[in-house]
Amino acid sequence: MTVMKICGRRSSYLTRLAAIVCTAGAFVVPLAQSADSTNMKTLTPEELVGVLKSKDTKPLVLQVGSHIFFVQAHIPASEYVGYGSTPEGIERLRLRVAKLPKNTSIVLYCGCCPWSRCPNVNPAYKELQKLGFTNVKVLYIANNFGADWVDKGHPVAKGE
Amino acid sequence: MKKTSQVILTEILLLLCVVACHNSSTTGNTLRPAPDFSLTDLSGHPLHLSDYRGKVVILDFWATWCEPCKEEIPHLIDLRNRYSAQGVEVLGISMDDDDKPVRAFQQKYQMNYPVAVGTSSLADQYGGVLGLPITFVIDRQGRIAAKHIGATKAEVFETEVKKLL
Repeated sequence: MTVMKICGRRSSYLTRLAAIVCTAGAFVVPLAQSADSTNMKTLTPEELVGVLKSKDTKPLVLQVGSHIFFVQAHIPASEYVGYGSTPEGIERLRLRVAKLPKNTSIVLYCGCCPWSRCPNVNPAYKELQKLGFTNVKVLYIANNFGADWVDKGHPVAKGE
Repeated sequence: MKKTSQVILTEILLLLCVVACHNSSTTGNTLRPAPDFSLTDLSGHPLHLSDYRGKVVILDFWATWCEPCKEEIPHLIDLRNRYSAQGVEVLGISMDDDDKPVRAFQQKYQMNYPVAVGTSSLADQYGGVLGLPITFVIDRQGRIAAKHIGATKAEVFETEVKKLL
């Protein structure tokens, strides 16, 4: 009986501990996921490949990161705009989209660094929103363009 | 029954062959040479990887706009300070589009090793630099001993460097 009481108390303690841990985890996991809390509409590399292969109207794909990266490898038919984190890059972005209808489908990408560390896509996305564009998405690149696009065997073009 | 045991024996033998082949490819000297290159560093001096033969070299591809790179560079500076007398050098290859921000960065962070602006062809020679930082640890014989993609802890570099000294 004493043993049962001890076991009962222990299991009650463990149950409470487990509940605390689970509750804490429920808060921690979303916080970790919300490290990138930019609320950008995104699509995965696989989704973009599907769109580019389809017979539908293709989006305008703009690279808003490094020029050297673009020259090494870029998404076919994408255009280089420049660093979304610089005034020069934002100005080039503005010029590129100046005459486009506001419902133009646009996909931005960078791939310089891990997603949560990229300084370029968020400012570029926000700029397009500010300009009134309603159909903008960002290509979700978790690690970098090499690992998440090139090494996955997705279509690549080189040069300017 | 006899046929089954023969099949099993054959499969075991095949498996052993596969394991033996794998082991033979991972033993021995299979490190590939680090491609040589010729650049000009920010001080205007020629920078050739081959000039560092005999030293352990940390070849770091980075950029001024790369946040993980900024976290890693102080560790490389420290590593160089502590191990240069033993024959360790760090070479920084910036993937910025021009040298202006690189010069400012070099001064601000007091980078104590040669820094040059890289090219896309150099990046291609190293298997493509499509994410930063990418860091190669090169042994005294000029061979790539390790490659790291993304920010790497200082202890990891230190361990690898010490093994090669």
